[in-house]
Amino acid sequence: MTKVTMTVNGKTVSAEAEGRTLLSGYLREGLGLTGTHVGCDTSQCGSCVVHVNGQAVKSCSVFAADLEGAEVRTIEGMANADGSLGVMQQAFQDHHGLQCGFCTPGMVMAASAFLAETPKPSENQVRHALDGNICRCTGYHNIVKAVMAASGQDVTRIAAE
Amino acid sequence: MYNFDFKKPSTIAEAAKALSATGAQALSGGQTLIPTMKQRLAAPGVLVSLTGIAEMQGVCTGDGGLHIGGATPHAVVAREAAKAYPALAALAGGIGDMAVRNRGTIGGSVANNDPSACYPAAVLASGATIVTNNRKIAADDFFHGLFTTALAEGEFITSVVFPIPDKAAYVKFNQPASRFALTGVFVAKFGNGVRVAVTGASDNGVFRWAEAEKALGATFAASAVAGLAVDGSNMINDLHGTGAYRANLVKVLTQRAVAAT
Repeated sequence: MTKVTMTVNGKTVSAEAEGRTLLSGYLREGLGLTGTHVGCDTSQCGSCVVHVNGQAVKSCSVFAADLEGAEVRTIEGMANADGSLGVMQQAFQDHHGLQCGFCTPGMVMAASAFLAETPKPSENQVRHALDGNICRCTGYHNIVKAVMAASGQDVTRIAAE
Repeated sequence: MYNFDFKKPSTIAEAAKALSATGAQALSGGQTLIPTMKQRLAAPGVLVSLTGIAEMQGVCTGDGGLHIGGATPHAVVAREAAKAYPALAALAGGIGDMAVRNRGTIGGSVANNDPSACYPAAVLASGATIVTNNRKIAADDFFHGLFTTALAEGEFITSVVFPIPDKAAYVKFNQPASRFALTGVFVAKFGNGVRVAVTGASDNGVFRWAEAEKALGATFAASAVAGLAVDGSNMINDLHGTGAYRANLVKVLTQRAVAAT
């Protein structure tokens, strides 16, 4: 076991990690940040997506020890300073972008990293960007709609409300 | 997954030293290796991360074409190679999904030589040079079949140098669950000929389709390969498609790639 230090949601944190400790385990078990969900643990479902140095990464497929010194953001760091929902979270609520909510942390993290790079995406670009995030409830339409809305675009023509 | 010692060198020389230890394995983006270790299909005693080596990162043009550091993630190639080599950038931007592209690297993909991976097709069709910590290997000598390459024990890819063709395109038929290529074809037209590399189809990994290269060398048009026959007997036969189905895809995708250049 060695101590791994990184910045998580703006705070410098340290926790013990074995070589094999995944970032998902480091966050959930080491730091108690259980908002990051582990769905498939095989890098396919995307519910464990977090930001590493601003980019969407599947936290089940990267070792904590490989991220010494990295800037990590999780779903717990997405709310506004006053505790209200952040733009992407609010858009998911407004447009029914979730039902059971299991995939939602990964969806919100993937979508927000994507919008940071592509502020005004087309619907197709949103669908391509979320290719690695699986949702078994919504059929994706309202998720796409939420992401488009979070980008400040008119969504009245996308899917049915 | 079994535990291991983790090392993260910051230079190629340090990495080479760490990888000379018995049981040491290179870790690049880990998008294949980590799932493989979880399944206990691999259990290295020492894992040497290559992601902290600055000299193995980035895309630049130089001697011989486009130089891409071995530890450069697909997302960076998709962005930074877009001007110099658009077909290669498009291929990188279509690998896996967004999060996988942010971690997975060109060196890792090429070294793994998965029979359905995209990058080997680009490397072989471009006639790229694979640069390792101690030599340069031509693409034609690098791929030795399923998950097998010319890399020696402890050797790792520090960069890949791509000659830039006059025209090129990669077209893949997605396997929608894994997002690997069910079959993918990379066509590259150079002043002195055409190279066609096929991934996802053969039992023996990526290969060059010589007959198509000859036909396209004479007439660079999709119709030039229409009359060619592709033998499906040594092609991957699984629940996603038979060998004959893949053989047909090879021809169809080659035509689409030529049309897309």
